[in-house]
Amino acid sequence: MKILVAVKQVAALEEDFEFRADGRDVDGDFLVMDLNEWDDYSLEEAVKIKEACGGAVEIVAVSVGPPTVDEALRKCLAKGADRAVRIWDEAMRGSDSIAVARILAAAARAEAPDLLFAGVQSSDQAVAATGIATAGFLGWPHAAVVSQFTYTPGAATAVLRRELEGGLLHELEIRTPAVLTIQLGINTPRYASLRSIKQAAAKPIELRTLADLSLNAAEVGEAGSSARVRRMYVPDKGRAELIEGSAAEQAKRLAAIIRESTGAA
Amino acid sequence: MSGVLVIAEQRRGELRPVSLELLGAAQALGGLPVAVAVLAPNPARFVPALSVPGVAEVITVELAISEFDPDTFESAVGALIRARAPAVVLMAHSVDSFGYAAALAARHGYGFATDVFKVERTGGELIATRGGYGQKVNVEVDFPGRDTVILALRANVFKPPEGTAAPVVSAFEAPAVESRSLGREYIEPPGGDDVDMSTAEFILSIGRGIGEEAKVAQFRELAQALGATLGCSRPIADAGWLPKSRQVGQSGKTASACKLYVAMGVSGAIQHLAGMKHVATIVAVNTDAEASIFSVAKYGIVGDIFEIAEELRRHF
Repeated sequence: MKILVAVKQVAALEEDFEFRADGRDVDGDFLVMDLNEWDDYSLEEAVKIKEACGGAVEIVAVSVGPPTVDEALRKCLAKGADRAVRIWDEAMRGSDSIAVARILAAAARAEAPDLLFAGVQSSDQAVAATGIATAGFLGWPHAAVVSQFTYTPGAATAVLRRELEGGLLHELEIRTPAVLTIQLGINTPRYASLRSIKQAAAKPIELRTLADLSLNAAEVGEAGSSARVRRMYVPDKGRAELIEGSAAEQAKRLAAIIRESTGAA
Repeated sequence: MSGVLVIAEQRRGELRPVSLELLGAAQALGGLPVAVAVLAPNPARFVPALSVPGVAEVITVELAISEFDPDTFESAVGALIRARAPAVVLMAHSVDSFGYAAALAARHGYGFATDVFKVERTGGELIATRGGYGQKVNVEVDFPGRDTVILALRANVFKPPEGTAAPVVSAFEAPAVESRSLGREYIEPPGGDDVDMSTAEFILSIGRGIGEEAKVAQFRELAQALGATLGCSRPIADAGWLPKSRQVGQSGKTASACKLYVAMGVSGAIQHLAGMKHVATIVAVNTDAEASIFSVAKYGIVGDIFEIAEELRRHF
């Protein structure tokens, strides 16, 4: 059996950053990259399934992005992925969630996994769409915001709980192959050992191009996206009135605010 | 129709409040006619609540099941969109819509944006605004060449219309669908201890910034001294440092009675902020001056939470 884990290398902004000349994105020089937090959990969930059945499961981490994404994929290899696949073509630059989903769906058709895991959302753009859009392109059953997952390799269905607003859970049974978007807290992701990090550094990362996946340039990148970014800007910063001074002075003011708000003398 | 189609959201027989907020947002779309669809068993029961000013039509879609099901909703909403050809479809940015909206947009090539907190339409052009890079920037998007655009709107942003109206009520028959998932049951969030965050007026909350479990005790004691209920953000509950019942924010307990919220070491993930923005007085203490929580806080302290906690303790 095979589990495909779709991961994303997310970008955080440096404290001081500048926009690109066209104003439609942040200048790449000001981005700090890392593996998306949610993806850590979906990878761990796949590794747990593999361990529970004694290992007859192949875990393939897949990501869409330029060579810098190899770093995120190596992290996945170090944490238990058997293979890593990076898909890239310059035409894919600027892909939104829907365009990335089209690419992932093509990769999933080629890999034919039994399950496809993705994070609920990414910590940078938080669109919460890539996994379920991938299921849409594939025509596969799908469930979002999965906080508990039970599956025995080879079974025709899996049982899961969706985490709804307010912490309410909804349990359902779903046919496989299926796409599941995995929520934080579903498990406790492991740390990679030094040994596994070293081993991962030596493993190959398989590359796939547009042509490998039988996609054309118009289906990906900005052309294949469901929305067009007009501009990005820094919003008017919130109204927080900063309390200045030493820690003692700040705490004194905080104590006064607490007394005032709670009506305590 | 080329108007606005709003998908109301119900859960366990109750209309979710965001449904009316969507109707408020629909009115800002330059006078396009607004129809609202409600999908449920016996959907007519929701018609009175949805009959508010600005709504031209309430569409009832009878479903056999009351709980959300991805295939059922994708099929029914998809059929409705094809039948009505709306220019804009508004739905909630919610766990239910996470489960089908993107698949629908992907399959049919609709324009699509989620977590939208501002929407405008000028000269026939639809512009939506959402956050980017952990809400540090605003991103303005449009949808050139799309006849239909699905927007999932953030809750607690748009104002629900007030008053009542008498819209046309019509029934839409959803196509039969063989769903590939089967709902079993709802499970109430696990307790853990007997705290009820929904009645707490003063919450002292801790986040990732506390760094390690051993530090929880200091804040537990501080909360007690202040007369506050100790709460936490998601990472603390996920790590098991505090029971899930103490988690506040959108995916945690609704802190509906909270008037004073002191957040220590909580950076402010979007779901956390969305769940707390109703609070009158938010004080954020964080070492990171750029933390998102400062954008919703009334007062901010950039500093070391342990030092501030220690100093604060002396006053109580």
